[in-house]
Amino acid sequence: MTVEAAEEIAAQEFASIVESHRPQIFRFLLASLRDLDLAETLTQECFLKAHRNWKRFRGESSAMTWLMRIAINLQKDHWRNRRLQFWRHTQANAVDVNEASEWLPNGERNAEQQMLAREQVAQVWKSVESLSGRQRTVFLLRYVEERELSEIARATGLSEGTVKAHLSRALGRVRAQLRGTR
Amino acid sequence: MNFRDKLAGEIEDPVVAGALENFKASVDAWSEAAYSRPRKAVKTARHSWRLAASWALGCVLAAGSLAGSLYERHQQQELARIAAEKAAQKAAQGLAPAKQSAAETVTDKRPTAAMNANGGDEDLLATVDSDVSRVVPAAMDPLAQLMNENGNE
Repeated sequence: MTVEAAEEIAAQEFASIVESHRPQIFRFLLASLRDLDLAETLTQECFLKAHRNWKRFRGESSAMTWLMRIAINLQKDHWRNRRLQFWRHTQANAVDVNEASEWLPNGERNAEQQMLAREQVAQVWKSVESLSGRQRTVFLLRYVEERELSEIARATGLSEGTVKAHLSRALGRVRAQLRGTR
Repeated sequence: MNFRDKLAGEIEDPVVAGALENFKASVDAWSEAAYSRPRKAVKTARHSWRLAASWALGCVLAAGSLAGSLYERHQQQELARIAAEKAAQKAAQGLAPAKQSAAETVTDKRPTAAMNANGGDEDLLATVDSDVSRVVPAAMDPLAQLMNENGNE
């Protein structure tokens, strides 16, 4: 096989990875940051980094886990930079919790059920907001991205025990928040 | 497998499980809508503002340094001019007494020359004595008189 042919195959593989995983990475970043523009920017950066390092990807974990790891690191870098550049307008672009909870799929629900669901979603957003960065990441990977504990551990670089502990605390917060409104 | 079924073993509280299910559905709907929204390629004004601001700052700094150097140069020239004027004044003041003393010497020499012309050494000495006595201070006057009374000394 020639070098050009190998490169062509690698490019095609990467293109299919982008196509299949881009919406999930975007969703994770959107839920983490609640900022549309920033989520789009970091998604692009994530795939740019992945493209640069694609040759070094050995397939020890799934492509999704690898991409998630890159996205988590980008997000960390962003928060670290934002601490220094707090005056930047990024916070102003973040969507309010109440606004974020307005989104619900058009299911077979009556108005009362819709309202109740919206209220619940708002409460979950509030508890997510109060979580630490790691807890939030673990929580979103588990309950939005539906990742297995082992995958979460690989993506975050934590042990499974630590992931379980973070999840337990995060769920405790959600439970307490929901009980407060009941 | 349904998300709720997945969570069934993990979360016992049906309210929490239901809330998490709604939360996931909400994030999915929001993300889907945001992902498929039309995107416009807009050139951000921030970069042009930054460029303009940096240019303006650069111009201000350049103008400031130029004005500063011109002012400094002007100050130095002014100081040099003042120093030259002072030096000229000092030189003028130094020449005037010299001229005056020279003139006095000339006028003093004229009678002496006249007397020399008369040829009397004694007269010359008498004149010198009288010149010297003229410059004796007032406090020395009694002593001078004593000297006259005692004779020549």
